[in-house]
Amino acid sequence: MHEMSIAHSLVGIIEQEMAKHNVTRLIRIKVKFGRISAIVPEALQTAFEAMTAGTSLEGSALEIEEVPLVAKCRECQKEFSPEDDLMIMTCPHCSAEFGHDIVSGKELYIDEIEAE
Amino acid sequence: MQIKVVRKILEANDRISDQLRAMFQEKKILVLNLMSSPGAGKTTLLEKTLTDLKSEFNMAVIEGDLQTSNDAERVAATGAQAIQINTEGGCHLDGSMVLEAAGQMDLEKVDILFVENVGNLVCPAEFSVGEDYKITILSVVEGDDKPEKYPLIFAESKVMLLNKTDLLPYVDFSLEKASNFAKSLNKNIEIFPVSAKTREGLDSWYDWLRQEVIKKKDS
Repeated sequence: MHEMSIAHSLVGIIEQEMAKHNVTRLIRIKVKFGRISAIVPEALQTAFEAMTAGTSLEGSALEIEEVPLVAKCRECQKEFSPEDDLMIMTCPHCSAEFGHDIVSGKELYIDEIEAE
Repeated sequence: MQIKVVRKILEANDRISDQLRAMFQEKKILVLNLMSSPGAGKTTLLEKTLTDLKSEFNMAVIEGDLQTSNDAERVAATGAQAIQINTEGGCHLDGSMVLEAAGQMDLEKVDILFVENVGNLVCPAEFSVGEDYKITILSVVEGDDKPEKYPLIFAESKVMLLNKTDLLPYVDFSLEKASNFAKSLNKNIEIFPVSAKTREGLDSWYDWLRQEVIKKKDS
């Protein structure tokens, strides 16, 4: 359940940003996570609710958006996004099977907040 | 008011990890973050490595464990400096835990510091602990689909040790399939099939360690 540590860090960043922009009521937060990052959105939601219960952040909406996996083929250098099975990731352009670079899909960041 | 933030959620951990990395770099210590599921054989592999290479290198271990200090005791019995971190239920080590543990160790003459993470293929992959490399140990009894199910840990690892190869005749495990899955997301991963029990394949792992220690000293 590392989502608890993640929720803890998330709350810390939200508090800093709210203080910086002089706002006190949090309405919405948007978090983006990569498809292969080790995040379970439901667990993060639960952890965030538990962490903010009884605080001034309670009741704010946590939106969690997945960032698709994008790989760059080691052979033809073209980018592709595997849809269903992640592995073996066959390049749709040249059929190379492995050794690709991950361009995106490992992210974990707070994108924006809405507050007043 | 809409506020565009775009900050990494684990930035605080990343900062501590960078601080640790700078400290280890200054001392030229090769730092390896060992990760696996519970029971994959991390501690046994580590015991063998510490015993077999103790005449060559000065090695130290930070042991992460949920509750007990059993593993730290096993590791310390080899003569290596070992310190235990009890996460008390926490599923991974983070930078601040390693920073605190490192502060209690004598790192002056250490060549290799092993950080034995909590047994778990999911959470440790997200938290950097100042390591040079993440090393994942997968035992053949766990199934060759693990890299597919837990892609991040394999995508982040420099080395995959496929342990318990002595059990290959008894299990349905394809070394090729597991290796290809891992290589699919990580073109630079190095794969060593080993048996910590019979010592099969350990020499290749030791040669890799020797090379990396030299690289670190020269860096």
